[in-house]
Amino acid sequence: MNKMKFKDKINIDLLIYIAIIVVSVIVLMYLDMNKFEYNYAISIIEKSLVYAVVALSMNIVTGFTGLFSLGQAGFMALGAYTTAILTIPVAARPNVYYMNGILPALENVVVPIPVALILGGLVAALFAALIGIPVLKLKSDYLAIATLGFSEIIRAVIASPMMDKITNGSYGLKSIPGFKSSIECFVFSLVCIVLMILIINSSTGRDFKAVREDEIAARSVGINIFKTKQLSFIVSSFFTGVGGGLLAMFMRSIDSKTFQITLTYDILLIVVLGGIGSITGSIVGAFFVTAGKEILRFFDEPLVIAGTEVPLFKPGFRMVIFSILLMVVVLFFRKGLLGGKELSVKVFKKHSRKKNEDNVSEGGKE
Amino acid sequence: MKKFLSVLLAGILALSLVACGGGKSQSTTSASGEKVIKIGVFEPQTGENGGGGIQEVYGIRYANMIYNKVNIGGEEYKVELFEVDNKSDKTEAVNAAQKLIAEKVVAVCGSYGSGVSIAAGEYFKEAKIPAMGCSCTNPQVTNGNEYYFRTCFLDPFQGTVMSSYCKNHGYSRVAVITQLGDDYSEGLGNFFVKACEKNGIDVVAQEKFQTNEQDFKAILTNIKVANPQFIFAPSSIATAPLILSQARELGIDCQIGAGDTWENGTIIENAHGAAEGAVVTTFYEADPDKATGEEAIFLNGNGTVNGFSNYLVSMGQPKDIPAVSALGYDAYLAVFKAIEAAGSTDGNAIREALTKLSFTGVTGDISFNADGDANKNAAYVKEVENGKFVFKEVVKIN
Amino acid sequence: MNINQFLQHALTGISVGGCYALIAIGYTLVYGILRLINFAHGDIFMIAGYFMIFSFAVMPFPIAILVTLVATTVLGILIEKFAYSPLRQAPRMSVMISAIGVSYLLQNLATYLFTALPKAYPAIPGLKQVIKIGDISTSLVTILTPVITILLVVLLLWLVNKTKIGMAMRAVSRDYEAASLMGIKLNKTISFTFAIGSLLAAIGSILYFTDRMTVFPFSGSLPGLKCFVAAVFGGIGSIPGALLGGFFIGICETIIKAVGLSTFSDAFTFIVLIVMLLIKPTGLFGEKNIDKV
Repeated sequence: MNKMKFKDKINIDLLIYIAIIVVSVIVLMYLDMNKFEYNYAISIIEKSLVYAVVALSMNIVTGFTGLFSLGQAGFMALGAYTTAILTIPVAARPNVYYMNGILPALENVVVPIPVALILGGLVAALFAALIGIPVLKLKSDYLAIATLGFSEIIRAVIASPMMDKITNGSYGLKSIPGFKSSIECFVFSLVCIVLMILIINSSTGRDFKAVREDEIAARSVGINIFKTKQLSFIVSSFFTGVGGGLLAMFMRSIDSKTFQITLTYDILLIVVLGGIGSITGSIVGAFFVTAGKEILRFFDEPLVIAGTEVPLFKPGFRMVIFSILLMVVVLFFRKGLLGGKELSVKVFKKHSRKKNEDNVSEGGKE
Repeated sequence: MKKFLSVLLAGILALSLVACGGGKSQSTTSASGEKVIKIGVFEPQTGENGGGGIQEVYGIRYANMIYNKVNIGGEEYKVELFEVDNKSDKTEAVNAAQKLIAEKVVAVCGSYGSGVSIAAGEYFKEAKIPAMGCSCTNPQVTNGNEYYFRTCFLDPFQGTVMSSYCKNHGYSRVAVITQLGDDYSEGLGNFFVKACEKNGIDVVAQEKFQTNEQDFKAILTNIKVANPQFIFAPSSIATAPLILSQARELGIDCQIGAGDTWENGTIIENAHGAAEGAVVTTFYEADPDKATGEEAIFLNGNGTVNGFSNYLVSMGQPKDIPAVSALGYDAYLAVFKAIEAAGSTDGNAIREALTKLSFTGVTGDISFNADGDANKNAAYVKEVENGKFVFKEVVKIN
Repeated sequence: MNINQFLQHALTGISVGGCYALIAIGYTLVYGILRLINFAHGDIFMIAGYFMIFSFAVMPFPIAILVTLVATTVLGILIEKFAYSPLRQAPRMSVMISAIGVSYLLQNLATYLFTALPKAYPAIPGLKQVIKIGDISTSLVTILTPVITILLVVLLLWLVNKTKIGMAMRAVSRDYEAASLMGIKLNKTISFTFAIGSLLAAIGSILYFTDRMTVFPFSGSLPGLKCFVAAVFGGIGSIPGALLGGFFIGICETIIKAVGLSTFSDAFTFIVLIVMLLIKPTGLFGEKNIDKV
């Protein structure tokens, strides 16, 4: 591909992107105006957007840095709880903490939603920094188990009676202010996604990829392996935390059970189906999986053809389909739906490069 | 080219969502020319509470078989159920609730399990669709949500009832086992302890366990040493047989009790005899011989149906009537009567009608207080005897 | 804490530990050979529970036990054939995702086929008999579990150290390529390893569920993770290590619950993992330099 053509491609891509955003905004505005007509569609879109943020953040650490982390649910829980605690209207708090009361220091603390989301992200990032020091020294599969373990520890602590006055322990939080409109959700998610794309395509992002491709080679060109891994882990956790906050806003009521290992697996499903190391893959994957789960709802309902019930159709069937889909992708299309490629990312790059980075291999190495 | 394809795909996906999301009005005309309104059934049919959820669904379906035509403004409407599975999961519950709202249901029945009801409640409230809980006993469900009602009593009530039961039976030393991270279990346990303090009963041990725990021997050993006369262990039906059988194995022979969730045949079956003597509080006791009015229709049938037991058997279920099925029946009936009284499919009108509603259902007289909770002051206590739940007494709290 | 209470707790801990040890051996064998955390191992354990329920319902119990053992072994071999062997040359992360995928599939399949409700585990005649020694009360299976575990480990050690196939297993785990150059049939050896691991999981499953009496689709996931930690604690690849790790985790967990810290009983397991990996990554009995990455 010569330079000329590449530049043309950039412009086209940029146009496509802007077009997609404009069209999305128009469609969402239309949906918002007819909220009660389309609320089901709106809720699926909102959920997809939230999952897109979390999936992309997982992709930063798993796909772009080659660290297999399974701690997503824990970091989401941190972000979600922080956001929720700081945004539940003061008037509603006695109702929410009906059993044990709320810590006096937190009683009247309310911050604007964007601030709460950022704080949620920061709390998650802080924990990631602490956890990262011991954990990131571990080899790939030990890392997976250790992060998974930490996520379980975080969940256990949130639900523990000692935290009753802060997290409301076993009783969960409700009355969390939701999105006022789907545009609000879209804007929050878009900001996160654009920031993540900028990071991935910055020199820091290139360090991530260098570490993923070959640690020894990366070290020899002066990249501090441990610091790079740590940075990737912290950045990823920050956005996972923000994503958790968005999830809390989407759900409006949360409890510790929401953040079990299955949540991490759901995110992993999105990342793998979309393609490990593909930004657009994670985004399209989030929509594909979330919408797919809803569209396939009929698989869970009894199907009657000509008076006889088809025995295959009963509750749980669609999750079996998704599991099989996951296995098929892992075994036969190892690069995911988008084949590890981007729909188009180059837009955000200042400098075009000859090597087409689309074709970098997926994470991990032997 | 590939990317255009993908964008196109995503676009089509989004459009199809929009298409299936909208364009329905509240009453539609079915193929046979009848006018139809829909009542949503918001219940878990899979997941942790799938078993209890489906029992409520049976009750609702059965009620729908009897009361399927309603007169609104001089026109006859057919009442259809629209069922969604909330998978006992809060995230799923939100989407399931939105699905109901998109289907333009006029009201909702459900759910088994309070967590999902709390999650969905905010959305029903926003859409101004009245919801009628069947067995969601957590105070938070109706608290601050004027569109949520329920036909059952509440957690504080159940905890208090159990404590009164202990007092009546002369127990002075009790122990409590609760599940961490579970609002139902912790809630009941907490209210039980508070009531015991008031009743002068000594709580000698309070133990907690993690979700999905399968080994209770460690905490039970501690309880054995504390030597209580009664153990209160409100928890899910998955953990009940484990607690029961492991307690008996360790040689703990005091009475063990729990809340409404334990009233389920699978517990007796799974505990292999260790369930004998276990005591539960519940919403309803079926007595076909003494039944009158609505209860008689429910139990013995009328022209269109021939008794709920027979219906359960025809669905491949055990013939014993679960209390939650009766609550499901009453929930549907309350909604149905409210629609009839309102003479409208408007959410606000139905809500108004519900606040004024008063009728005698299967589980007794039903009317709602300012919070939307059913005014109930009695709970039924049942004990397992020879592998069956046998009605023992009514405990009333004033 | 009086002496009876202590003994009762000790008995519980040792019994749980025995089951953990049997599962941990499966992890240790597979990890030793393929460098793969077989995330599905805990779910194989769970499915074995369902096999028993359904076979027990239609045939006398000795045959049902046999059927369960054979079916679980076959399941283990099939999973390896379909989900892991196509990925021999793939990056490690792909294999791990495949393992998680199998686990996800087995759990969802179990939910779909058998519903999420717990199913009653059949009582094998005699095993649930309650035994009372002074103030201590327990069932036969609780006492039997550690005994059977230790017997099986002795048998397994003999198999690995004295037989030809055992030698092949050790060779493959030491050096993959060299072993195949020496004429060892890789696929056969790997299948055999999975067969042994699954067989032990099936035996563990019978002991575990007989004691706990119910099976549900997520019965295997948490014990699975804990047993992996047990395997790491003892030193991955080491059979006596897995045994020791299993008992250690089982006993510690019981103690933690006994002193009223149930909240942290699961958290503790993962803290053990991290501490162990930081202090002595090879575990108690692990060999040095086994990591080829």
